[in-house]
Amino acid sequence: MDVFSIVAEWLPYLLSGVMVTIGLVAAALIIGALLGLPMALGQVYGTRPLKMVIGTYVWFFRGLPVLLLLFLFYFTIFPFLNLDVPEFFVGATVLGLRGAAYQSQIFRGAIQSISEGQMTAARSLGMSRLTAIRSVIIPQAVRVALPGWSNEYPNILTDSAICYAIGVAELMTRTSQIVAQTYITMPIYLACALVFILLNYAGMRVIYHLEKRVAIPGFSGNTSSGVL
Amino acid sequence: MADDDYILRVEDIHKTYGDSEVLKGVSFNVRKGDTIVFIGPSGTGKSTLLRCINQLTVPDKGRVYLHEEEVTNCGSRINHFRQKIGMVFQNFYLFDHLTAVKNVEIALLKVKGMSPEEAREKALFELRQVGMEEWADHYPAELSGGQAQRVSIARALAMEPDVILFDEPTSALDPELTREVLEVMKKLALEGMTMLVVTHEMGFARSVATEIIFMEGGKILEAGTPEDIIKNPGSERTKSFIGQFSGNLGD
Repeated sequence: MDVFSIVAEWLPYLLSGVMVTIGLVAAALIIGALLGLPMALGQVYGTRPLKMVIGTYVWFFRGLPVLLLLFLFYFTIFPFLNLDVPEFFVGATVLGLRGAAYQSQIFRGAIQSISEGQMTAARSLGMSRLTAIRSVIIPQAVRVALPGWSNEYPNILTDSAICYAIGVAELMTRTSQIVAQTYITMPIYLACALVFILLNYAGMRVIYHLEKRVAIPGFSGNTSSGVL
Repeated sequence: MADDDYILRVEDIHKTYGDSEVLKGVSFNVRKGDTIVFIGPSGTGKSTLLRCINQLTVPDKGRVYLHEEEVTNCGSRINHFRQKIGMVFQNFYLFDHLTAVKNVEIALLKVKGMSPEEAREKALFELRQVGMEEWADHYPAELSGGQAQRVSIARALAMEPDVILFDEPTSALDPELTREVLEVMKKLALEGMTMLVVTHEMGFARSVATEIIFMEGGKILEAGTPEDIIKNPGSERTKSFIGQFSGNLGD
């Protein structure tokens, strides 16, 4: 059998890893955003102790290699908590928690870039601080954050391959399995690379359209042509 | 005159930033329908004074009463008072992510709890009052400074305040845009809106003010009718300040 037919034979197995990888990335991005935005708000508007807690969290998750974090959670933290969860869940959690640390700083920068006057005007109309944050600051900050946030997608997509180390059946794991079975290397790795690049391209298109959809005339983010 | 004729009373306001005492005890009273214009050199605390009235800046000492209810030291009731004390800023501070009409609507929805239909109707009405209805669906970045300031006046009006504070509303505008904003303000004054205006527009002060207050060094130096202050200033200092505007006193 020639190389191409072998690759073709294994391709469905490789591609079924795409959904796993997308699942990891989607879960990680969502966890990251759901935690990252409140953390950013806490860092800007919170009390000193709260700021310190968030600062420590960010320092911890940005300061350790992602592989170490993965092992730490997989071999110690989850077992210690007596949680027997699927590898996929561990991988998504670690990527998500780590992503939250990065995303919080993207959102923090965005919130701090919104001029003081926006809050002043909101408060002058009788809005509470919370209402002002919700109705005025967040809608603007999220738009400002989008271009920087779009970095998170390729970061997490490529990082997700580290889940190979705990055996999540995503693209990288399957690629290695195929290589081990067939002893064919370059064509398999290239096929894997192609899939990552296409996933990257597709995701960036989605983000680009999102940026365009929420763009506001004269407001940052609307002139973006992205990386495409 | 009895105290209860005043809708707003400001008593002995003091404010210090670091080493500099910006307000050194300022008091005045406002009757319904008054247009009080604050003049005086830059850095004499006029803007700080306005911000102390709605507590955007918390004064170190002194009290503010609206309809005999204390606005200072009122805790979270301040959000109630701020609905009654509108404010218009030098740099407009329109919400950049919202169209003109939504800028006016947002506090009606989020603070007054109006229904979307009610809020839209009210917002369009207020935009019509300032001649901006046609621009309802434009974003702040698409408006001229004068247009943006008129929208911000509509935004303040929509809350149906008892008094509106204007903090140098035309200082960021060229003369032509200044005129369109001043015309709106003049119309409001004639309609009986109570207004406190910090401005350098002496023509406006002369033709619209019921009272002019001249401030310097964190204090009120002189107060009186436009006639008194502009034509017959009591102090040499007021005279020399007013003198700089000669030739610019027309309407």
